[in-house]
Amino acid sequence: MEQFTIPNKVKRWSMIFMAIGGLALIMGIASLFMAGDEHAHHHAVARFWSNLLINGFFFFGIAACATFFMAVNYAAESGWWVVIKRILEAIGSFMPYGAVALFIVLIAGAFHMHHLYHWMDASVYSDFMVKTAEGITYYSEPVEGAIVNPDFDEIIAGKIAYLNVPFMIIRQLLIMGGWIYMWKRFRTRSLEEDLGFERGRHFKNVRDSAIFLVAFGYPISTFVPWDWIMSIDTHWFSTLFGWYVFSGLWLSAMIVAILMVVWLKSIGELKEVNDSHIHDLGKWMFAISFLWSYLFFSQFMLIWYANIPEEVTYFQARINAYPLLYWGMFFVNFIFPMIALMDRDKKRNRMMLTIMGIILFCGHWVDVYMLVTPGTMKQHGYIGLLEVGMAIGFVGLFAFVITRTLAKAPLVPKNHPFFDESVHHEIH
Amino acid sequence: MSVGKKIYALYNDDAILIEGAKVVVAKGIKVSDTYSPFPIHGIERIIGIKWTRIAICAFMYGITGLALAISGMYYMMIVDWPMYIGGKPNNYFLQNMPSFVPIMFEFTVLCAAHGMALTYFLRNWTLPGVSAKNPHPRTTDDHFAMEIDPSENTSMSVEEIQNLLKETGTVEVFEK
Repeated sequence: MEQFTIPNKVKRWSMIFMAIGGLALIMGIASLFMAGDEHAHHHAVARFWSNLLINGFFFFGIAACATFFMAVNYAAESGWWVVIKRILEAIGSFMPYGAVALFIVLIAGAFHMHHLYHWMDASVYSDFMVKTAEGITYYSEPVEGAIVNPDFDEIIAGKIAYLNVPFMIIRQLLIMGGWIYMWKRFRTRSLEEDLGFERGRHFKNVRDSAIFLVAFGYPISTFVPWDWIMSIDTHWFSTLFGWYVFSGLWLSAMIVAILMVVWLKSIGELKEVNDSHIHDLGKWMFAISFLWSYLFFSQFMLIWYANIPEEVTYFQARINAYPLLYWGMFFVNFIFPMIALMDRDKKRNRMMLTIMGIILFCGHWVDVYMLVTPGTMKQHGYIGLLEVGMAIGFVGLFAFVITRTLAKAPLVPKNHPFFDESVHHEIH
Repeated sequence: MSVGKKIYALYNDDAILIEGAKVVVAKGIKVSDTYSPFPIHGIERIIGIKWTRIAICAFMYGITGLALAISGMYYMMIVDWPMYIGGKPNNYFLQNMPSFVPIMFEFTVLCAAHGMALTYFLRNWTLPGVSAKNPHPRTTDDHFAMEIDPSENTSMSVEEIQNLLKETGTVEVFEK
């Protein structure tokens, strides 16, 4: 069986990218200790941990959504995708790394190393407090010598049953661990299939993907975006938020798949992939761009129209402090694919797909940046060396992990029952 | 279109029709159309049918719908009878644009979709009460027909074309 070897160029560049990321990481950690006053220190802390959260969430989401797309195709028993299946599998293999980055942020928050999640602050939950020389103790009852706690936040206190650290750790471990475990099962069976086809194994994949779609669909539209992103703006909530975040991540996952396919074709691999496969992937990129834009606008327009103070604060924080970045991000992610990818031939044009893919990938990274930063850093955030450096570092790590997984198995699963159908895939 | 009779070759498999069309086209004969119960992939390239322009129509209908929606709302909500809804003063179109977007979007889709469907029906002349034009009733069931216009292929006689078609595995060759 022909195995794929990673070109040295890619190895070298992913190493260089990771080195840049490492430098940015050191710079970020150093900035925590070098801050002059307390204000600068708060700024450095929020900036550093926001970056880890943004990149961890973005790249974890991409890996998870690639696995989701694999499960969709299994459950639908579609044929066309078989020749790109290994690429989706490889993208999914980044999930554990992204999950580790996210859990580092969560645990650090629980130990009050940063203050991204306001609800982790114990002071907001109690009505009363007692100040002594040793420190402050909080009470829910007016005990002897207690005064009213000025930090008490009734809204957050009402959410304590859901927003507390142990419950968040438990549910996120279950969800993310479950997804990684399911990915592992798909991957193991996929590798076994290279040795010989077995009917039962294929139908186990179909059954597992149906289970995965349920185990993925509910948390990706609720707990995962709520916990990691929406709880930053603890008072604010939107029922559409989960789908909005998911659509952006799904699009990014499809873009990564397209870029991988185009790159592999350009170095002479993946001979089975023809223009029809690329056309289909281009259609996905075009379509999900509109899904994302639609959800963005649906969320924005209802809140803008109703104009309720507790809801509009979210958009005010973004539009007032980051007008260019926020509207620019929406403009790029909505108008660019509409103009550039509307035409049939453009969806088959690898150069166009590569350029649009890179632009939209950056655009959706900025989208995630805009989800996090205005909540954690108010109006003081900006995309500087640290942001770019850490993003580049994550891209390097991401490329390193997925190409390594790709090199572990043949690029095309020849024993998949729909392999023949996929090779002869032809659309117009 | 000529008024003379046309030659039809009937096949019972789309793959045989594709092979037959290749043979006929290689002899320099122009195939004017094929009739099939489902789309035969790749046949348009073999017999040289031009790419459909309905996408261009759809774009124009969509732009028309968008323009109608914008001008309609501009007249109704801004010029004729400005209304103050939910703290949104209706003196300027742009200030209220987000609330008009759903209507703009829906009207664009409505016009594009209906325009496309009507264009398709008119262009193919498949309207209520119009009699079917397919050469053989079974081309809507399980047979496939290829149409050749003798007036477009004067280099060969009708008999020669018919004999050529019979060698390509047809079920029947007839004139109509």
